Amino acid sequence: MRYLPLTQPDREAMLAVIGAATIDDLFVDVPEAARLDGPVRDLPMHASEMAVERHMAALAKKNLTAGEAPFFLGCGAYKHHVPASVDHLIQRGEFLTAYTPYQPEIAQGTLQMLFEFQTQVARLLGTDVANASMYDGSTACWEAIVMARRITKRGKAILSAGLHPHYVSVSNTMAKFTGDVLDTTDPRLVPEMDLDRLIAKIDDDTSCVVVQYPDILGRIADLRPLADACHAKKALLIAVVTEPVALGAITSPGEMDADIVVGEGQSLGVGLQFGGPYVGLFGCKDKYVRQMPGRLCGETVDADGRRGFVLTLSTREQHIRREKATSNICTNSGLCALAFSIHMTLLGEAGLRQLAEVNHAGAVAAAERLSQIPGVELINDSFFNEFTLKLPVEARPVVRTLADRGILAGVSLGRLYPGKDDLANGLVVAVTETTTAEDVETLASALQEILA
Amino acid sequence: MSINQSGWRPTAPEQGKGNVPASVTGNKALMLEEALIFEIGDSHTTGVDFATAPARAATSKLGALARKAPIGLPGLSEPETVRHYTRLSRQNYGIDLGFFPLGSCTMKHNPRLNEKMARLPGFSDVHPLQPVDTVQGALEVIHQLAHWLVTLTGMTSVAMSPKAGAHGELCGVLAIRAALEAKGEGHRKIILVPESAHGTNPATAAFAGYSVEDIPATAEGRVDTAALKARLGPDVAGVMITNPNTCGLFERDMREISDAVHAAGGFVYCDGANFNAIVGRVRPGDLGIDAMHINLHKTFSTPHGGGGPGSGPVVFSAALTPYAPLPFVEKQDGQFVLVEEETAGEHHAGSFGRMVAFHGQMGMFTRALTYILSHGADGLRQVSEDAVLNANYILRSLDDTLDAPFGPSGPCMHEALFSDSGLAEGFSTIDVAKGLIDEGFHPMTMYFPLVVHGAMLVEPTETESKAALDQFIAALRSVAERAKAGDPSLKTAPHFAPRARLDETLAARKPVLVWKDPAPLAQAAE
Repeated sequence: MRYLPLTQPDREAMLAVIGAATIDDLFVDVPEAARLDGPVRDLPMHASEMAVERHMAALAKKNLTAGEAPFFLGCGAYKHHVPASVDHLIQRGEFLTAYTPYQPEIAQGTLQMLFEFQTQVARLLGTDVANASMYDGSTACWEAIVMARRITKRGKAILSAGLHPHYVSVSNTMAKFTGDVLDTTDPRLVPEMDLDRLIAKIDDDTSCVVVQYPDILGRIADLRPLADACHAKKALLIAVVTEPVALGAITSPGEMDADIVVGEGQSLGVGLQFGGPYVGLFGCKDKYVRQMPGRLCGETVDADGRRGFVLTLSTREQHIRREKATSNICTNSGLCALAFSIHMTLLGEAGLRQLAEVNHAGAVAAAERLSQIPGVELINDSFFNEFTLKLPVEARPVVRTLADRGILAGVSLGRLYPGKDDLANGLVVAVTETTTAEDVETLASALQEILA
Repeated sequence: MSINQSGWRPTAPEQGKGNVPASVTGNKALMLEEALIFEIGDSHTTGVDFATAPARAATSKLGALARKAPIGLPGLSEPETVRHYTRLSRQNYGIDLGFFPLGSCTMKHNPRLNEKMARLPGFSDVHPLQPVDTVQGALEVIHQLAHWLVTLTGMTSVAMSPKAGAHGELCGVLAIRAALEAKGEGHRKIILVPESAHGTNPATAAFAGYSVEDIPATAEGRVDTAALKARLGPDVAGVMITNPNTCGLFERDMREISDAVHAAGGFVYCDGANFNAIVGRVRPGDLGIDAMHINLHKTFSTPHGGGGPGSGPVVFSAALTPYAPLPFVEKQDGQFVLVEEETAGEHHAGSFGRMVAFHGQMGMFTRALTYILSHGADGLRQVSEDAVLNANYILRSLDDTLDAPFGPSGPCMHEALFSDSGLAEGFSTIDVAKGLIDEGFHPMTMYFPLVVHGAMLVEPTETESKAALDQFIAALRSVAERAKAGDPSLKTAPHFAPRARLDETLAARKPVLVWKDPAPLAQAAE
């Protein structure tokens, strides 16, 4: 077996040192009834590297990849071009095969990277601080709701109708067990976000309002009035960003006085990967830092006075506080955070703003072209790189038909909101720098043909 | 006249070093210092080119929200970026560099075939919301891996979506709670957790709304079965037991404990962080457990990546299967389908709901399946045997030098546990650990489990050669002898690492969590 260095003579010599006759003697504490006398039955035996590669490649071939098709899916996961150097660097063995930096003297690489990541994320989200990452956007969103409960000591959260339905679903699942009260509703196919509804609902029991920006239909709105309304009732504003590239073009939630900003960082460095692993972003105002979940990296000095970095404020965390911890999170998403950080470093301010501009320009052009198709209506007044069309028929079968023609047309709201008739005609279309004008034309003519 | 007028001649080292001045750069040959991106980058530089000058949108749809203020993000060109991160990487210790016996974390070799397979575009460049008939191969990967996990553990079903071990724990405990509530037993509010458990266990139980009570350990390092049984009753929802446990011992009474918990109306959660010690030799399902998470980044060798991403699928017994979270991959009429909220139907009507957006850590599934197929049923059995053999070899090679509190309890499983008993006055586990750094090793886990004073938890894994183990044993013996003799140089170790001991107290007292510019970055390019 190519991954196991011990030889049979090694094993025998080691058993002699241990004072055991056979390997079975080391498993004496397993009750006899539970000991297997050979390999687990009905499973194949070991295989060569080449055989495994063939097996996996055959499975991979059964998928239609984003790169093979005109591609317009978004809704929480976006196709962006990732520079080649990102994937090269994250495969450096010292990053790939390291662990949580428990021994800072020999983990300064990971720690400095995390400090840089925290700073990049905080600046992007417009918050004072950010942590060293969460699992993904959806779990970061729920952790933010729990954090707001801890801070305000109130148990009611009001969720915007424009929050990603999977994020709502995760929060609903968790709230069933924690007793948090969530006020949720489905979105409507109208140009405006539901800020008025949210503001009207805030009361003295409200811990927080959760709003996505841009929202699930791609709409954007000034969050300042909402932040003011929250703060007037001593509630927190939580903003959720599922497309961080947008913040290169629009004002960040933190700049509009959101208290906690969480996000999905997949767009930068990580790739689609059929939904995971992704990287949760988590930032907040300085005054709430001790209520934050997750790992934090901080600057300090070593015994010789040189600058260095360590994991810090760990008295919030499970390995110290156990049942009194701010969260049960342990492992986060370190390598994806590294990919995010490298991509962001390559872009820099100038590159991110250009990238955002290209995305927006492409989306504006695509929205104009697609809304010219008879019967197709553009819902949004405002959007960044993703917008919602209302088709004259249910969108889900249309998406399937287009997939048969090799076009991945977008996300039908029927997929995200099954059984909701008034949303069934909605199609959310995302356009990034990877989308060409020809892609848009291919989609437009095919869609026109199907709807005719 | 000689042709060579340059003065060159083959070098021979001079004897005696004399006084060596510090370098002006702070570098030491291959040990290179690296500044922060905020110190070396600026807001104008970018390492990404766009094909043409970006076209501005004909009509902006951003309204009044169009960004006006700079963000403050520094950029680097590609060569500077590659150098920055390459230099940072060299300040890290990883498995690729050497022995990394971090107990309970299972730092085994990460086969590169796994990386290659995960990067096949058919897996890496697929969107989670594509129509399911365009992602049949991705769903088949999940289905195949699920089959392996269920078969290896002898359980009924598996939830694939949890994002890491602690997230898997939460999944298991929520399923327990859903099952109890469905039976009208929602009043059970206590979860029993041994003192030796990972911190995530009590944190998870608390997060899921339970009160946590400790179960004591016996003198031999196992759960006190009698005490546990005595505590069972109508208020107890279940137990969370790690097996093999964090002392590196197999919980011999597991079956008896499971039966007692079930008889008392509760459920058994098993923390499967240490499944790598028994994979292929023991099926946890035969021990009566109801739920167990499997850290794919431990047992099945997906890379730890400096702290994630992990992946924590949870296997369930028949009793808990109806409550498992969505989504599921199922095979129906030859097609793989994704069972989500709308299609859950009667078969999954009791599901406690969704834990994450999308379907879990696909990139980890492809790696884990590649690892599993490479090993096969026979190779996985050899994995646990070699892991256990290596740990016992370390335990018995060092128990004359270091105190092994549970050494007399019999063989250990995949990790060897020592304490700081016998070290000189004022010396502790941390000094041994830092001494090991100077010897070129990543230290073992320190001060965990909590039930042993100054715990040193050494987990060698199966991917170490005997020569590597022998070198480590010699090094740890030497460092331990120095700590027993009170060698003051250990108190200031490490001496040869990129940094000396860091001031963690300062970091916590005055947290500096983000870079603050001494002067503002230049205004962003407009």
